[in-house]
Amino acid sequence: MYKYTIKRILLMVPTLFGAAVLVFFLLRLIPGDICELRLAGTGGYVDDEAVKICQQENNLDKPQYVQFFDWIAGFARGDLGTSMWTGQPITHEIALRFELSLQVAIMATVISILLAIPLGTISAIKQDTWIDYVVRGFSIAGIAMPSFWLGILIILGLLITTQAWFGGAWMPPIHYTPIWEDPVANLSQLIWPALATGYRYSAVATRMTRSAMLEVLREDYVRTARAKGLKEQVIVNRHALKNALLPVVTVIGIEFAFLMGGLVVTEQVFNLNGLGKLFVEAVTNHDYTLTQSLVMLVALIFVVTNFLVDLLYAWLDPRIRYS
Amino acid sequence: MTGRLWKTAPRLAVAAGLGVAVAFGAAGAVAETPKKGGVLKYVVPAEPPSFDGHRETTFALIHPIAPFYSVLIRVNPDNPGSPTDFVCDLCTEMPQASDDGKKYTFALRKGVTFHDGSALTAQDVVATFEKIINPPEGVASARKAFFVMVEKVSAADDHTVVFDLKYPSGAFIPALANPYNFIYAKAKLDQDIHWYEKNVMGSGPFVFKERQPGALISGERNADYYHEGKPYLDGFEAIFAKKQSLRVQAIRGGRAAIEFRGFPPKSRDDLKKALGDDITVQESDWNCVLLATPNQKVKPFDDPRVRRALSLAIDRWGGSKYLSEIAIVKTVGGVAFPGHPLAATREELEQIAGYWPDLEKSRAEAKRLLAEAGASNLKFTVNNRAVDQPYKIVGTWLIDQWKQIGLEVEQRVQPTGPFYATLRQKKDFDVSIDFNCQAVVNPLLDVSKFISGNRSGNSYGGYEDPEVDKMFDAMNRAADPAEQRKLMRAFEQRVLNDQVHSMITLWWYRIIPHRSEVKGWKISPSHYLNQDLSGVWLDG
Repeated sequence: MYKYTIKRILLMVPTLFGAAVLVFFLLRLIPGDICELRLAGTGGYVDDEAVKICQQENNLDKPQYVQFFDWIAGFARGDLGTSMWTGQPITHEIALRFELSLQVAIMATVISILLAIPLGTISAIKQDTWIDYVVRGFSIAGIAMPSFWLGILIILGLLITTQAWFGGAWMPPIHYTPIWEDPVANLSQLIWPALATGYRYSAVATRMTRSAMLEVLREDYVRTARAKGLKEQVIVNRHALKNALLPVVTVIGIEFAFLMGGLVVTEQVFNLNGLGKLFVEAVTNHDYTLTQSLVMLVALIFVVTNFLVDLLYAWLDPRIRYS
Repeated sequence: MTGRLWKTAPRLAVAAGLGVAVAFGAAGAVAETPKKGGVLKYVVPAEPPSFDGHRETTFALIHPIAPFYSVLIRVNPDNPGSPTDFVCDLCTEMPQASDDGKKYTFALRKGVTFHDGSALTAQDVVATFEKIINPPEGVASARKAFFVMVEKVSAADDHTVVFDLKYPSGAFIPALANPYNFIYAKAKLDQDIHWYEKNVMGSGPFVFKERQPGALISGERNADYYHEGKPYLDGFEAIFAKKQSLRVQAIRGGRAAIEFRGFPPKSRDDLKKALGDDITVQESDWNCVLLATPNQKVKPFDDPRVRRALSLAIDRWGGSKYLSEIAIVKTVGGVAFPGHPLAATREELEQIAGYWPDLEKSRAEAKRLLAEAGASNLKFTVNNRAVDQPYKIVGTWLIDQWKQIGLEVEQRVQPTGPFYATLRQKKDFDVSIDFNCQAVVNPLLDVSKFISGNRSGNSYGGYEDPEVDKMFDAMNRAADPAEQRKLMRAFEQRVLNDQVHSMITLWWYRIIPHRSEVKGWKISPSHYLNQDLSGVWLDG
C-alpha cells in the first residue's frame, strides 16, 4: 500500500506539468490581449500609450518562453502572482470563491449520495417493477435536464410562486454570506444550486448504483449467502452494496472534482461567486495569470481526488491493494 | 454656486436636453421630501479591473466607485438629461473664461476633507489633473488626449485652481466634467502614484467599506460630506451580476432595486407586467452609437461609391421604429449626439446618403453605384461582437438591409477579445460593426472616432483623410458655437456622405426600469454620468 501511494503521488508531477504547458501556450493562441480588451473594449477613445504601459506592466512585451519560465518558477515557489485584471494577489482572488465552490460541491455531493445510493439499490432489488420504472424515469430526467436549466426553473418557480402565494416575489440572495456569519442567508442561497446540481449528479450515480447492484446480486457469493438463509437486508447491505460501490465511488469522486470548477453556467444562473464563474471571467478577460492558476488548481483537485479515489478503491477491494 | 452656463454652448441646449430624458411612472412627477436612511442595493454587470478612475475606461468602475469621490465639476444631477448643463461639485461657482478664452479660474469649497480626515486643497486638484494630463512615464492615463488644449494647471492659493489653455476650446468644460476625473489626495500620489489602483480614499458622499472579490463593493455614508444634508442613504451595495436575466430577476425578486446601465425593451415590459406600479421606468437617448465601418484597406471598400451604396441601403428611419421594440437602439442621428446643439436636425440629416426620406430612391441609387463600381454581386463578411444587445441584433438587421440591394453578406461573430484583435491588430475584416460610447456628451471630442487612423486611437476604417483631420482641429479651436456647428456639418457631410468612412446605424436608447422606492436618481444620456448617489434616497 505504501509503495502504491508513493507511485501515485509521483505520477502527479508530470500530469501537472503537462497541464501547465498546455494551458500556458493554448491561452496565447486566442487572439487579443487583456490590455486591448481593458482599454478598447468599452468603445470610447483608446490611448495607445496606455495600452503599451498596460502590456509592459503585465510582461506581455516579453518573449513567451520568458513569461512561461517566470510563471513556472513562481508556481514552484508557491507564488501564484497577481491577477492581470485586478492587480490583486491571485490567492486572494481565489480564496473566497474556493470556499463557496467547496461548500456547493460538498452539499451537492451529499444530496447526490443521499438520493443515488438508496434509489439505485431499491431500483435494482425491485427490478422491472413500477418502483424500478419510477426511479429510472427520475434518473433519466436528471441526466436529460442540464442543471443550469433546472436552476433557471427553480428561480422562476420561486419568483412566481412566492408572488402568487405571498404577494411579493422572493428569490435566493445573489451574493455570498459565509455559513458562520449567517447560516440562514448562506443556505438560502446555496441550497438551490446544490439541489439543481445534486439532482443532476445523483441521476448518473443512481444508474451506476443500479447496474452495479444488478451485477453483484447475480454473483455466486450472493446466491451462497441466500442459500445460507441470511436475511435479504444483510445480504444487500453487507455483501452486495459494498462491492457494488466501487464504480459508484469513482463516479462520485470525479463528479466532486468537476463540481469544484465546472459549474460554469449554474454559477452564472444563481450568481454564485465561485471558481466556475471566475474561470469564465478570467478567460473572457484574457487574464492569463489567473486562468493559468485556476487551471492548475482544478487540475490539482482532479489529480488529488483521483488519488483519493484510488486509495479508497484499494481499501474497498483488497485485490487492488495486493496487486 | 451652481453657475450652469457653459460659456460656449447655446442656452437653448438646456431645454433641448430636457426633452431627451423621459420618465414613466412616479419619478419626477412631484417634488418629494427626501427621506434619510436605508441601503441601496444595485446590480452591476461587471467588476472593475482596478479602482483607478484615471486609467480605466469601463462603466463597471464608475457604478461602484464614483460614490467615493468628488470631482471638480459635473453634469447637473438635477438636470442630467441636458448635454450642456454643468455645475460645480468641489468648486463654488462655474467660472467664466478669461477674455481671450484661455484661462479658467476655479474657486474651491473650504473645509472639504478626504475620508481619512485630511484637508482637500487646490494642491490635490492640481496633482490629480497633472496625473491625468501629464502622467509620469509608465503611468497610464486613459483620457489625457481629452486635455490637449490645456497648457498648465496650477494652484493660485489653497482654494483656487487655474487652468491655462493653449487655445480657446469648447471641448474643455465637458472634458473637465468627465466622471472619471476623481480628485485624489496629493499625499497618496506622492507616496505611490499607483496607490489608487488598489485603494479607495476620496472625499465623496460615501466611504469605502469593503470589496468582496467578484461579489460586491459596499460603502457607507460620509458624515462629513460637504453638500449639506447629503447623502440620504446610509450606504450602498453594488452587487456584481454578469447575466442580464439574473439582474432582471434580482430587481423582480427584490434583491436589487436598480441596475444603472440599461435593459432591453422586453425586460422593461416583463418587469412592468410582473410588478406594475412597483416599477418606475426612466428612458433616455444614449450617448453610444453603433456603426458599420468598412475596411478601406480591402477592395472594393476602398471605393467611396461602394461605401456610399452600403449606407444608402440602410433604412434608418424604418429600422428605428421596429428595432427599438426589441433592442437598445432607437434614435436616428449623425456624428453628434442627437439633441445636442451641435447635432444635425432631421432636415439636415435628410441631406445625407442613407438618411433620405425616399428609401426606394436610396436603394436604386445604391444599385447604380455598385454597378458603376463593378460590385453588383458583392459578397462580404461583417465582423461582429458576440453580444446580443445591440450588436448581433443590429448586425442581423444590416445583413437584411444589404440583401435588399443584391449583396450577399455573412456575419462573423467573435467574443470581445478576438473581436478587438480583428479591429486593432489583425485588421482582416471587410466591414465591421463598431461603436462609439462616451461619458460626457462632448461632440467636439467624441467625433475623434472618425478622424484618420494614425491620429485617433479608435478609428478602425484603415483610412487617412487630412481634410477630415483639418476640420476636426478647426472645430476644436473654434470658440464660437455657431462656427463649431457649421464646421460640424461640413465634417459630418464628409464622413457620412462624401467619403462614407463609417456608417452610423442607430444611436442607443437607455431604458432603466427600477423599483419605485428608489427616488432622487434621474436618468442621463450616459451610463457613466450622475452616479455618485448623493441625491438618491429610498421611499419606504
